[in-house]
Amino acid sequence: MAEAPAARLVTAPRVFAALLLAGLGLVPVLAQLFGQPFWLTLFTRVLVFALAASGLNLVLGFGAMVSFGHAMYIGIGAYAVGILSFHGVDNGFVQLLAALGVGGLVALGVGAICLRTSGMAFIMITLAFAQMLFFLAVSLRDYGGDDGMQLAGRSRFGALDLNQAAVLYYLAYALLMGVLFGFHRLVHSRFGMVLRGCRSNERRMASLGFPTLRYKLSAYVISALVCVLAGMLLANLARFVSPSYMAWTVSGELIVMTVLGGLGTLIGPVAGAAALLLVEEGLSSLKLGVPWLDTVVNQHWLALIGIFIVLVVLVLKQGIYGWLVARKP
Amino acid sequence: MTTGLFLTQLLNGLQLGVLLFLLSAGLTLVFGIMDVVNLAHGSLYMMGAYFAAAAFNAFGGSFLAAALVAVPGTLLLGLLIEQLVLRTLYRRDHLDQVLATFGLILFFNEVVRFVWGPASVYMNVPGWLSGTVNLFGLPYPAYRFAIIAVGLAVGAGLYAVIHRTRVGMLIRAGASNADMVSALGVNIKGLNTLVFGLGAALAGLAGLMAGPIVSVQSGMGEPVLILTLVVIVTGGIGSIRGAFYGALIVGIVDTIGRAFLPTLLRELFDRSVAQAVGPAIASMLIYLLMAAVLALRPQGLFPVKHG
Repeated sequence: MAEAPAARLVTAPRVFAALLLAGLGLVPVLAQLFGQPFWLTLFTRVLVFALAASGLNLVLGFGAMVSFGHAMYIGIGAYAVGILSFHGVDNGFVQLLAALGVGGLVALGVGAICLRTSGMAFIMITLAFAQMLFFLAVSLRDYGGDDGMQLAGRSRFGALDLNQAAVLYYLAYALLMGVLFGFHRLVHSRFGMVLRGCRSNERRMASLGFPTLRYKLSAYVISALVCVLAGMLLANLARFVSPSYMAWTVSGELIVMTVLGGLGTLIGPVAGAAALLLVEEGLSSLKLGVPWLDTVVNQHWLALIGIFIVLVVLVLKQGIYGWLVARKP
Repeated sequence: MTTGLFLTQLLNGLQLGVLLFLLSAGLTLVFGIMDVVNLAHGSLYMMGAYFAAAAFNAFGGSFLAAALVAVPGTLLLGLLIEQLVLRTLYRRDHLDQVLATFGLILFFNEVVRFVWGPASVYMNVPGWLSGTVNLFGLPYPAYRFAIIAVGLAVGAGLYAVIHRTRVGMLIRAGASNADMVSALGVNIKGLNTLVFGLGAALAGLAGLMAGPIVSVQSGMGEPVLILTLVVIVTGGIGSIRGAFYGALIVGIVDTIGRAFLPTLLRELFDRSVAQAVGPAIASMLIYLLMAAVLALRPQGLFPVKHG
């Protein structure tokens, strides 16, 4: 991929990134202005999934590890909030500590086993671990089992009142910006260099003396923790947790978002999450004025998404943002 | 009584195992030979079941008609998918294959909901197999017994084709070194299409056989697909032998675990603990098995022997 020329400060990708992030920052204001509170919920979802897809991007885009099970970390984050609040612990900091602790330990164990394999086996074993956790959540009858459960209340972070939609939105926004900034530093650090080196040629990195497994495992755990944060936000957004958060299709959608936006770019997953969720929302409420066609599209929009994904893979290989970056200036 | 129950569950496990074998045999060949991840294999199974159920109901409950529609129908559908989508993805990395076939799954799940409606479609056990078979004084449904027989016959047939025929030799050669086989003048593209079609037909056969004992509905392919992936990883990617033993192991461990683990735990632990933990562990058992296999033998239990 061609890097943007360093001399020019204003390039198409940078303008796109700035507009996207600034636009996301203005959503609550616009929602208020146009009297559309629903936008706020929709775009909080976009932010949550942008956060999760960014987390996945660290292993998928920068480390070339195709994890098909990152939804399980969303689930861990969500269930940490759900289970603790079920037992009356609604202190957000305690929930955060528990979620990150459990998520980190699980990621360390799962990653250590999964990273013994590579390629196709890695895809499948990450998927299998996610399914394992999914079935564990389904069998937790005390916590709603298959149906999931309503949260007694949202997490309490000191003075932050997450019951106000705009506060929750800006918390998600701040987290996303923080993660993006952190990842920017991370991928350009020595650690990121090694990780990207492993993406190109792991054997060469190993023969240069880098303990590649340790680097890859660290990246895996960091990316899992970002997804745990996204899961906590998702539980607070919906005031509901259910095993469906960690269904394997969610892992698939996270990959779609990352690739759709642009693999291995920082802004890509944000663009991809926004694009996919907005297209889904658009298709499920599309009004073309032809009644029978509207009904078909609104009920079976997933089929169109399926074709859309296949076409993106076949045609738009670099994703939306990746296409901007690779374009000749 | 307990021995009888155990034997029945063992046979149920065997029946699930051979069903999984029908699916994993095709998939493991596609993985091993073409190095392609095809998540849409579960969709082929689902389409096979829908084709079978539709033909069964259209032709007044003829199981033969169902078979004659389901297996060739799925074969053609598989070839169509290969030509339109997968063929261009052979040279791409696994990520693109995962994504494209994921898109196909979403597509097919909606297509069946569009054509056959959101409710499940039913298909009866054919009349001549609706009775029970007496196995050493143990009554067992004849249809489930027929599934086991079909699965074992397919297994034997595949073994013969792959190890005793020229095509089988080429398939094995393609799995170890596709470029070399191609350089020797074999049409590797044609071979790929053949293998993919064979896998699709086996998935259709699995869908046909499962039709009468499961509810045929949108999304029925995914749980089975994931079990199939577990089988393939446990058995060793690309290995028919691995798929066979892996499928039987996974089928039996899953069935026996679900049937007896909760009871067993009740003997060992407090009733409330057992009731909470039993089903959870039982449903996680095969994934734990796979994790253990991968941790100890990353290449699977019965890997392909090269050289």
